[in-house]
Amino acid sequence: MSGLSARNRELLNLVVVGALTGIGFASVYIARSETVSPESLTYAAFFVGVYLIAHVAARLTVPHADPYLLPLTGFLTAVGLTEIYRLNPDDAFRQGLWVVIGVALFAATLAVLYRDYRRLESYKYVIGLGALVLLVLPALPVLGKTVNGARLWVGVGPFQFQPGEFAKILMIVFLAGYLREKREVLAQGRLKDFGPLLLIWGGAMAVLVQTNDLGSGLLYFGIFLAMLYVATNRLVFVAGGMALFLAGAAFVYQVVPRVQDRVTIWLDPWPHADAEAYQLVQSLFAIAFGGFGGTGLGRGTFETLGGTPLIPYLNTDFIYAALAHELGLVGIAALLLCYMLFVARGFRIAMLAQDGFSKLLAAGLTFAFALQTFIIVGGVLRLIPLTGITLPFVSYGGSSLLANFVLLAGLLLVSNRANAPRG
Amino acid sequence: MNGAISRLAVFALVLIGALIVATTYWQAWAAPGLNDRQENAIERVAQFTIERGRIYASDGRTLLATNVPRRVGGKTLYFRRYPQRGLAAHVVGYSTQVRSRAGLEQSLNDFLTGSNANLSTVVDTTLDKLKGTHVEGNDVILTLDARAQRAALRALGPRCGAVVALDPTTGKLLVMASSPTYDPNLIEGHYAQVNRIRAQCDRPAALLNRATAGAFVPGSTFKVVTLAAALESGRWNMSSTFSDPGYCEEYGKRVNNYDTTRPFGTVSLHQALQYSINSVFCNIGKTLGPGPIVSEMKDFGFYSQPPLETPANERRISGLYKRGKPFEPRDSSQVDPGRLAFGQSELNVTPLQMAMVAAAVANRGVLMRPHVVDRVVSPQRKVVTRTKAEALGQVMSSRNAAEVTSAMQDVVRAGTGTAAQIPGVAIAGKTGTAETGVHGRNMTAFLAFAPVGAPRVAIAVMLENQSGTGGTTAAPIARQVLQALLARRSN
Repeated sequence: MSGLSARNRELLNLVVVGALTGIGFASVYIARSETVSPESLTYAAFFVGVYLIAHVAARLTVPHADPYLLPLTGFLTAVGLTEIYRLNPDDAFRQGLWVVIGVALFAATLAVLYRDYRRLESYKYVIGLGALVLLVLPALPVLGKTVNGARLWVGVGPFQFQPGEFAKILMIVFLAGYLREKREVLAQGRLKDFGPLLLIWGGAMAVLVQTNDLGSGLLYFGIFLAMLYVATNRLVFVAGGMALFLAGAAFVYQVVPRVQDRVTIWLDPWPHADAEAYQLVQSLFAIAFGGFGGTGLGRGTFETLGGTPLIPYLNTDFIYAALAHELGLVGIAALLLCYMLFVARGFRIAMLAQDGFSKLLAAGLTFAFALQTFIIVGGVLRLIPLTGITLPFVSYGGSSLLANFVLLAGLLLVSNRANAPRG
Repeated sequence: MNGAISRLAVFALVLIGALIVATTYWQAWAAPGLNDRQENAIERVAQFTIERGRIYASDGRTLLATNVPRRVGGKTLYFRRYPQRGLAAHVVGYSTQVRSRAGLEQSLNDFLTGSNANLSTVVDTTLDKLKGTHVEGNDVILTLDARAQRAALRALGPRCGAVVALDPTTGKLLVMASSPTYDPNLIEGHYAQVNRIRAQCDRPAALLNRATAGAFVPGSTFKVVTLAAALESGRWNMSSTFSDPGYCEEYGKRVNNYDTTRPFGTVSLHQALQYSINSVFCNIGKTLGPGPIVSEMKDFGFYSQPPLETPANERRISGLYKRGKPFEPRDSSQVDPGRLAFGQSELNVTPLQMAMVAAAVANRGVLMRPHVVDRVVSPQRKVVTRTKAEALGQVMSSRNAAEVTSAMQDVVRAGTGTAAQIPGVAIAGKTGTAETGVHGRNMTAFLAFAPVGAPRVAIAVMLENQSGTGGTTAAPIARQVLQALLARRSN
């Protein structure tokens, strides 16, 4: 390492991200000057300001934490915000607001936990229960709202909220605590030690099937298996879990028509290009049209000449297609490399952490981030059946953004502790 | 735990790596195929930012397709306009947002949008993109003669049918008119109106290009093909004599001449064509069997997709059909060779194919590849490609072609096709009438070329739902189109 301190390194990276954000907004402005206003350029300045606040919060609470995660997050949110802005300036305003709230939540998480986040471990069962409650909320009759066939939302007055995003984080904290405590006995493979795990797990899966949210189901199960593997180092558990999952998936496939549709479309979308597969097929066309260099930010085609959107849910589930269309292979590969960097840094933090809880926590959070990225982008690219979940930090949506800021805070907390000079 | 963590990290990075690989697949490997798909709404709309090339008739002035620029949502979009409306609608086709594309607008899309893989075009469009200016496509100049095209549509009137005229020495398509025609400007916004177009037949289907995709029964015009097969076989020459009882016996059944009341008695092959005597061709067919006739048909271009620049799905194969598919009989048990010989079997042909038959006879037995695109010109006025005349093959010896020509000339001079006569022009022709047994449901046809000696035009006219014969219905249309073409070209 050079003479720069971690936080100064972070600041330097943020300046680069700020410049890139400015260029992004400027290019949207140039391409769409007739429909967007010059004040869009102030977005970039505002955005840099928000991240400087996040930086100061990190400087005060976690001075030794990894210096790359915050700038990478800044970059990903900037890319998302720019693309959302290009698609719909009003949505971008709301998303900008969510970034501000997200940074506030990030700072609050750091402020509350920076002395010792490990005390969370003593509350693991409360946290696990909290996760379950959050998962059940949307299934409740009055609060729950069904959006696009999945019952994931809680509505209170004008506000809508996806509690599952936070349940994911709480679940990881619970699993980290529980697995740290039981890892030796679990590794011996005695069935009764799996009891509480399977119980809490069965409950979560049942809720997921009930709410029709399969993307999250896959995500949770993947996180569970990954953390179990890290805790026990036994692949046989992973294999057993996969078998369980496949059996469960086969069952769900039999009983939920929505899942059958998704699988049919995944295997061969072309005969359904006018109906069920329209969205997926047009999204693939949009990606293909981008080619190597893309159309350029703000110059893509997402609407008919009359202004009707050609791809529904473009700024949430399909934002990857919009980005691939406008940035091309060169740009989108760079974006995916940023995700890889984030994941690599996350796992590095897990390796450097000194205690089991911290290792499990960092590995769980990082894997959750990676797997979520894979599930949504893989779905859009037809690698796996499509399920509607968000692309971390990039998709439009408040709940997801806030939860990911908490995830980032968690990684920085673990990293700070691991890197702090001992004495 | 670090061992497990590092293995998990590798797994997670492989997952994201797989995303990069999959994206590369779609954006690099699969992209050209996806961009060409008809259901691709993204590409279809995106192309409205490109100023498509214009399409002109052969004079280089008559605009068949052009653009109207309009500012929409901060972008300049180019909407297609067809100033000549239905004049060449079936050849030019249309390019729309909601109904995709058809005709040359579909098959020449790469040229018209400047995305053809021609190095200088690629460099130009890339520069255009980088400069932020709009991309301009290449212009296309067709071989169609606008005036004769207009004459053909006028002559067809409300009847269902088609006229195809070729330059027999080069294969240039001079006229391709399909009736009823439609106004391509209506496709985008008033599609229902196009479907409501009426004409004198049960299924007017205005969008169908009858010239290349219509299924006509050739009737006696097919005798030209049989005659070519007969002469090429060496068994007969034009003065070989036949005795005509007024019918031909096949499998114990009588197949009658068109007019059964007066048998011709002893006739030559020359007279048999001139008066279109079924029994003579029936006997030739029985003697030859289907093999030599089918082989002659293939020389003329039957049984293969007719070569033209329009989309493949708008061009129908001519030949015998069985259960909706082209069918090649191997021997007499699979087809009745006597009926095949005078064009009354399950023969389905396109007017383009019959024009190719006339053109090959006219061009001393050499069939030229028909083409409708004369040249493609870049926005900088440079010629990107120019279609060269190309021979498809020798379908019969030039001596036999001259013999057939002389008989066809007598058809127009003093046979069944006198209605095609133009004073001062030597015309060779052949009539055809395919009876369906229902009055007013005949398919009639006429093929011709002129002037004999130095032919400049070969033509086929085919009509549905007629009550007259080829000589009374199709031949007059051919005359009007020939007049328009020959007048223009002799001055």
